[in-house]
Amino acid sequence: MISQLSWKVGGQQGEGIDSTGEIFSTTLNRMGYHLYSYRHFSSRIKGGHTNNNIRISSKEVRSISDHINILVAFDQETIDVNAHELVSDGVILADAKFKPTKPEGIEAALIQVPFTEIAQEHGSKLMKNMVAVGASARLMHLHSQDFEDMIYKMFIRKGQEIVDSNIQALLAGYEYIQNKSEFIEGDFELEKVEKRDQLYLIGNDAIAFGALNAGVRFMAAYPITPASDIMEYMIQHLPSVKGTVIQTEDEIAAVTMAIGSNYAGARSFTSSSGPGLSLMMESIGLSGMTETPLVIVDAMRGGPSTGLPTKQEQSDLMQMIYGTHGDIPKIILSPTDVEDAFYLTTKAFNLADKYQLPVIVLSDLQMSLGKQTTPVYDLSKVTIDRGKMITDQIADENGDYYERYEITEDGISSRPIPGVKGGIHHVTGVEHNSIGTPNEGSVNRKAQMDKRMLKVKDFSLDKPFKVNGEKESELLIISFLSVNGAVDEAVERIDNNITVIHMRQLFPVPIEALRPYLDGAKKISVIEQNYTGQLFNIIKMNYGGHDKMDTFVKYDGTPFKPVEIEDYINDIL
Amino acid sequence: MATFKDFRNHVKPNWCPGCGHFSIQAAIQRAAANNGIEPEELALISGIGCSGRVSGYIKSYGFHATHGRSLPLAQGVKMANDDLTVVASGGDGDGFAIGMGHTVHALKRNIDITYIVMDNQIYGLTKGQTSPSSSTGFVTKSTPDGSIEAPIVPIKTAMASGATFVAQSVSSDIKGLTKIIEEAMNHKGFSFVAVFSPCVTYNKVNTYDWFKEHIVPIDTIEDYDETDSNAVTRHINEHEGMLTGILYRDTERKSYSEYIDGYLDETLVERELKLEQDQFDDIMAAFK
Repeated sequence: MISQLSWKVGGQQGEGIDSTGEIFSTTLNRMGYHLYSYRHFSSRIKGGHTNNNIRISSKEVRSISDHINILVAFDQETIDVNAHELVSDGVILADAKFKPTKPEGIEAALIQVPFTEIAQEHGSKLMKNMVAVGASARLMHLHSQDFEDMIYKMFIRKGQEIVDSNIQALLAGYEYIQNKSEFIEGDFELEKVEKRDQLYLIGNDAIAFGALNAGVRFMAAYPITPASDIMEYMIQHLPSVKGTVIQTEDEIAAVTMAIGSNYAGARSFTSSSGPGLSLMMESIGLSGMTETPLVIVDAMRGGPSTGLPTKQEQSDLMQMIYGTHGDIPKIILSPTDVEDAFYLTTKAFNLADKYQLPVIVLSDLQMSLGKQTTPVYDLSKVTIDRGKMITDQIADENGDYYERYEITEDGISSRPIPGVKGGIHHVTGVEHNSIGTPNEGSVNRKAQMDKRMLKVKDFSLDKPFKVNGEKESELLIISFLSVNGAVDEAVERIDNNITVIHMRQLFPVPIEALRPYLDGAKKISVIEQNYTGQLFNIIKMNYGGHDKMDTFVKYDGTPFKPVEIEDYINDIL
Repeated sequence: MATFKDFRNHVKPNWCPGCGHFSIQAAIQRAAANNGIEPEELALISGIGCSGRVSGYIKSYGFHATHGRSLPLAQGVKMANDDLTVVASGGDGDGFAIGMGHTVHALKRNIDITYIVMDNQIYGLTKGQTSPSSSTGFVTKSTPDGSIEAPIVPIKTAMASGATFVAQSVSSDIKGLTKIIEEAMNHKGFSFVAVFSPCVTYNKVNTYDWFKEHIVPIDTIEDYDETDSNAVTRHINEHEGMLTGILYRDTERKSYSEYIDGYLDETLVERELKLEQDQFDDIMAAFK
């Protein structure tokens, strides 16, 4: 009996690899297992190796695993590319059709299963996925009934006949392994778990669901990997609240449309990845300069230029902080996990409205596309606060322009939206006075710049980071987004006084909140996925601590495995 | 009810004396008043350049955006609040150079806003460079030997991009232009209004007199049918883009938002934003 294992299915892109993983993992989610998945794919539609790696555990998991236990292969390439990740007592379940062979030096067992042949016997070779799911389920000593229920749910609208043939294919795979079980040496029997009400979703869906709950009824966006799912989620769900999405001509139009809509009083946003964000930079400056609320989601992928469009990286941080010409106030947030992605996104809209500035919600490819289990979301924890937005008529005594950019104690001024009588004012990206009229005078310039920057000068979230450990530590590790999970798992394996911080607020840098932990640490390491150590440099710039600060980076496009971080920590401690 | 005087503000335009833009500003103010719009119901979104300043010279809600981006911003405003009359405005550089992509897509999208291009065939604010609508051979600071490119003919682009309302005028004809803008504001869909607006400082070729000689009002054309797109396109080609008047009107196609079920029931601004618990549970169930 084991508490966790890692299952990977691979084949050619377009061959149904994703749906195999989907059926398998959705069933496991309903059974109550904790899951964490990673999809390896490339920028093409058909062909090319793709795989879906799902970690299954009876306890919480937040990272991919160091090794895989079961590899389901629909082609030889899957074996050649992935077999080295198998533990020595692991197993390869390979379609007998392609006459699979084991690369030299691989100790894991190779079991040929006639996936395609069995599927054909039951009506269609397309059902080879079901055979593979059945075989895998038996290998892990899982009940077939849960999978049968899932098949029913997924296919009943296509008719009972389709349901029956898929169940037959599943059971045939199940039985095939049952009959072979005496030849299987490894232990793949998963600990049983209690059924739990939990969600299983990708970060992008968590963010999009957050936006929907924050009150977004209009979105403007342009497709890009790995952010498109956010737009697609909104396209699917906005109609139920009579909302809509415009797929624009480019990212510049998307962000500017979102600014226009926010200016007019509707919560709207856009989502993109690094290349799109590069195009949006001028408009992000417009939002900052005109104090128009704006939320942008940046799901990071490998850069620069087209870079690694389908691979993991965290290299947009510097661009997000410094990308716009001129100085503007802005807030950059990074959810600690998929649960936080929902709540922090709803919060982002409140912050944008409250402080009237751009708020960037960062994600990375692994968080955006990696599916994971998480507790159900709680609607009562969602609040909608529009800040100093004015929607009702204002007493208009002298008929003059409204002081939209009035200098106030906290820098935040009231914001009547178009349509409000008595609220007429001008808005411009040119430096302007309190009623929004262009004014390049030096006294006015300084006053308005000070006003804008004051808004978030001392800004801090209630919880600018999630901390696990003491202020005094042998080692303080700082990470953000999907690296968090791998760090946690590595640290759990090491018996030492290590404190871990998962950043939620990246900018303004919450340096005062961090300071006691930075001061109390004998060593500090920032672990992140980019070449230059962007977060490491940002913290160093704000804190100093050059003598005790280190960074551990990875930029090969693959997510950190816990063992890589474990080895690194053991090296420096 | 508001008069055109209610659309005046305290700001003195920084345009050169004699600039064509003054008349366009006046025509917008008159058209809004004639249509019975109150100043707070008008949102005027402009781009960058001499023309871009117009949003600051009219008393209404105004947003002076980035170069070339007045259209996406204006479309966002309209999507948020359909009760507003939304006018986007900019120059030929703004709309046909840096913002051309947005122009073509706004035309094909057909959101219910009015787009007024103040076309002076030159870059004025940067002191006299060639523009997308400058004629071949036109001498400017950036084309000292005369432009070797073909000019963009805005109304042709509009017709080719699926426009549902295309009009053209000269800024000197305030009366005609006012009427056109009134109709453009009333058109349910994207209205494209190209206005020749002479630059008295940098364009010594396309002057008020030059336009007087070259324009062809459509009422001088026998049996002109503004709903026949093939005929309209032929007339535009025959007269080398110099036609004026309301050139084309598609009365059948609905505006963008009218195609979206329930979108116009209530403006986004008026809506209750928090989901009901059962709605929340239903949507979240997809993650289980």
